[in-house]
Amino acid sequence: MNFETTIGLEVHIELKTHSKIFSPSPVAYGAETNANTNVIDWGYPGVLPTTNKGVVADGIIAALALHATVEQHTHFDRKNYFYPDNPKAYQITQSDKPIGHDGWVEVDVDGVKKKIGISEMHIEEDAGKNTHERDYSYVDLNRQGTPLIEIVSKPDIASPAEAYAYLEALRQRIQFTGISDVKMEEGSMRVDVNISVRPVGQEKFGTKTELKNLNSFNYVQRGLEYEEKRQQQVLMSGGAVQQETRRFDEKTGETILMRVKAGADDYRYFPEPDLPALNISDEWIKELGDAMPEMPTKRRERYVNELGLTDYDAMVITQTKEMSDFFDATVALKADPKMAANYLQGDVNAFLNDNHVDLQATKLTPANLAGMINLISDGTISSKMAKKVFKAITNGEEPKAFVEAHGLVQLSDPAKLQPIIDDVLDANPQSIEDFNNGKKRAVGYLVGQIMKQTHGQANPQVVNQLLMTALKQ
Amino acid sequence: MNYFNQDLASLHADLVAKKVSAKELTQATLDNIKDTDTKIDAFLNLNEDAALAQAAKIDEAGISDDQPLAGIPVALKDNIVTKGLTTTAASKMLADFKPVYDATVTEKLAAAQMITVGKTNLDEFAMGGSTENSAFKPTKNAWDQTKVPGGSSGGSAAAVASGQVPVALGSDTGGSIRQPASFNGIVGIKPTYGRVSRWGLIAFGSSLDQIGPLTHGVKDNATVLSAIAGHDDHDLTSSTQAVPDFAADLNDATSVKGLRIGLPKEYLADGVSDDVKAAILAAADTYRKLGATVDEVSLPHNKYGVAAYYIIASSEASSNLQRFDGIRYGYRAKDVQNLEDVYVKSRSEGFGDEVKRRIMLGTFSLSAGFYDAYFLKAAKVRTVIMNDFKAILKDHDFIMGPVAPTPAFGLGDEIKDPITMYMNDVLTIPVNLAGLPGLSLPAGFSNGLPVGMQLIGRPFDESTLYRAGYAFEQSTDFHTQLPTLGGQN
Amino acid sequence: MANRITREQVQHVAGLAKLEFTDAQLDAFTPQLDDIIGLFETLSEVDTTGVEATSSVSDQLNVMREDVADNWGQSEALLKNAPDAARGFIKVPAIIDESEDNE
Repeated sequence: MNFETTIGLEVHIELKTHSKIFSPSPVAYGAETNANTNVIDWGYPGVLPTTNKGVVADGIIAALALHATVEQHTHFDRKNYFYPDNPKAYQITQSDKPIGHDGWVEVDVDGVKKKIGISEMHIEEDAGKNTHERDYSYVDLNRQGTPLIEIVSKPDIASPAEAYAYLEALRQRIQFTGISDVKMEEGSMRVDVNISVRPVGQEKFGTKTELKNLNSFNYVQRGLEYEEKRQQQVLMSGGAVQQETRRFDEKTGETILMRVKAGADDYRYFPEPDLPALNISDEWIKELGDAMPEMPTKRRERYVNELGLTDYDAMVITQTKEMSDFFDATVALKADPKMAANYLQGDVNAFLNDNHVDLQATKLTPANLAGMINLISDGTISSKMAKKVFKAITNGEEPKAFVEAHGLVQLSDPAKLQPIIDDVLDANPQSIEDFNNGKKRAVGYLVGQIMKQTHGQANPQVVNQLLMTALKQ
Repeated sequence: MNYFNQDLASLHADLVAKKVSAKELTQATLDNIKDTDTKIDAFLNLNEDAALAQAAKIDEAGISDDQPLAGIPVALKDNIVTKGLTTTAASKMLADFKPVYDATVTEKLAAAQMITVGKTNLDEFAMGGSTENSAFKPTKNAWDQTKVPGGSSGGSAAAVASGQVPVALGSDTGGSIRQPASFNGIVGIKPTYGRVSRWGLIAFGSSLDQIGPLTHGVKDNATVLSAIAGHDDHDLTSSTQAVPDFAADLNDATSVKGLRIGLPKEYLADGVSDDVKAAILAAADTYRKLGATVDEVSLPHNKYGVAAYYIIASSEASSNLQRFDGIRYGYRAKDVQNLEDVYVKSRSEGFGDEVKRRIMLGTFSLSAGFYDAYFLKAAKVRTVIMNDFKAILKDHDFIMGPVAPTPAFGLGDEIKDPITMYMNDVLTIPVNLAGLPGLSLPAGFSNGLPVGMQLIGRPFDESTLYRAGYAFEQSTDFHTQLPTLGGQN
Repeated sequence: MANRITREQVQHVAGLAKLEFTDAQLDAFTPQLDDIIGLFETLSEVDTTGVEATSSVSDQLNVMREDVADNWGQSEALLKNAPDAARGFIKVPAIIDESEDNE
């Protein structure tokens, strides 16, 4: 039996606003328990929510970034359910008029491009946090009211690999808008997944299961791969898939039954009477759209077509807006694009990983990186010397000044190199003979001797050239 | 000292002239409440120490001419939060609840230097029309203590009518200011939706609730509404419309000459008592004599108001009251072993029957499979009812009619039958559905009990209602008649 | 009687609303609710074809707050009002049933 898979993803993205979506309490991490809360966040009797304009703007930006239609006549709704981290026992969200609908992102899986649809996206408030201990739960409402955007995919995703690619595309585009950090490890991006399989040709979707505890894109893919196989096996053995929620086990890579869903939840949605409806003007949409940075797909096209980068390099450079902006700024300072890309993917990424920092938190600047690359390009320093210079620019030092201060200038003048080469050849007749007998290794030895004499400052290319000329005479 | 017959302007004059100090007035008010409340049961909680301290401060600073409300005692319905002063909503759920912030109206009264002397009784969470649904005690009608004071602002109405305080604030979701004002022979207004901030009003039906003042006379009412009205950054549904000095236009020259008044035939239909009908027809004649025209008009969908209202108000209430879950404040049931018990036992023990009934109706109306037939249908009927009003108010300055079909009924008479109780609101409810201003004022008596008249205006046109109310007041003597229990008579 | 809403439905709705009723209460409540729902059903007599629903009568539209953070400093007073609190947290008896675990 052949099967086809349908995957649905609901992605929650935490917005980087100053204040909460319906209360002016600060949105900040690492605060003392319940310190960033007020009567609104606690759902006190008599309080009313106030809509944060910044969140609505972010919702519009997200819609634009994901090619969605902005719903210009929108409002909020209440979603009713009891839980200790949900103080009003309703969440203010958007149900019948979400701020964006019918968007898409393009993914590339193994060279095949595909558009994946987004059915809708809406803005809503996050809940607080429960910590469960024996006999008691402990509630911290600092996170209560943190603005979220929920993005719901259309049933277009047909494989775990596509799910991964979709998440990556979503993450990148949102990251480029600057409205969120979109980091799964920090909880600013959270993913709920459902999957069903059905025999090819069957019109009705199969029964879907939901997966929880997927804390990275890799786990999403692995969890889906396991679940896809499991459901196929259930069907092939004549069984039926249960509507249930399953937990992904990071250690075993398996999904484990958490609970069977009895029926649909009844959230009793209705329009939020405490908040006036929103009429989003064409002008506001245009203003936000005009201020939006160039999206990663556009940048990749530009990098490949105009700057000659490979697809792979372009993809790596556009992982984050910061990296891509840094690259653009470096290239704007006349640095060789290929070298700039190599440095960013290589030394810069290694430096960031070693120090667990983001690019914008370092002392690296496009000016200094470009300065260093230009010193390499014009032969002032060797790539080897550049290692030292790179270290210096991570400390914020200006490359040219550093090179001069440390006498790192490369010896490229043939008039100065020739006598040294002559001396080395005089001292090593055996090597000349070896070379003449076809032993290419002898060249390396001679170059090494010349580098030694020049304390490593000789320009290897010039040395090679001069040495070969001398040897062939 | 006797201020029972004094309006705010003369009280203010006495305070400015130092015939009486704010502290003396406050002390006398508190003494009188303690004295009379054994019969009326209007108050749930007095604010004795803070009130006296505030009065002393006001005396020290002195009261100037331009502070018309300074030093004047006021009572607040106990669903309006007062920082540090117990606010119960007449529910066991909040029996010991001390708010940590003030309602906007509380702040505005304080800014006007009014002195909050205490919190008045109500039907639990403002759900009811007799104040018998209070978890603590029923309030009695100021005119006859075997009768209900109406509700849900029964405590506020009885307190003003019995002379305990010159001003009280109430809240009105389906008639809760106008009906008790009518039952107690005083003036009460349900302002246009959005006229007064709801910040700090414990929500019942969020799209219907408004706070308004209850007073003896129309002018006093206008003065207080100007003080509490206006846009509030805490309540985004509050209007940015300018707030006039409503009282300024009310003087001897106030006239209704040339105004067109609509009298809906549905307001004098079956179910409205003969005495009430007679009072309204007499009032119509009074207005005609004053030079206005009174036309018979029709609100064809009026009878559907009750059903639409009970669906909408109960649905909103079912959601609004979910926050009372025993977790962050208020009542938590004892000996609870797990979270489900905290919820179910705290709520089942903390809420009274009427509140539970409304929560059930609202939850049902919103639940899967019923939303379209109930909540959504009611929201559409609401539009139809609004359009009925719009059609009349296009060429009429206001609408007149009764407030309630009957005068105050006996304690215990109706509480057992919810539908009879709900039908009592048939004349006040549509005004909330449409968000219009509604003024209730004394218009007669029936067997010694007051009968009220209701004036319904265009959105944000409280001015016309006050003008018409004042003109009526000047031509009649209903408002000068006082209950025999009468405070400091 | 009781033909618009059954006792079981009443119990289901009570479950959604986190309320519980004794058998005697259910006996009294069910017909009452049934009568009121009967009143609700009179709305079907109104033709609402093409009529928009009204969910607010506020004259306000597009009112929003600027994104400026302001800590009102209420957390201490709020915690004091909690029926049970510990180490700055609100404390509640354990959640046994995880079926409503939210995202």
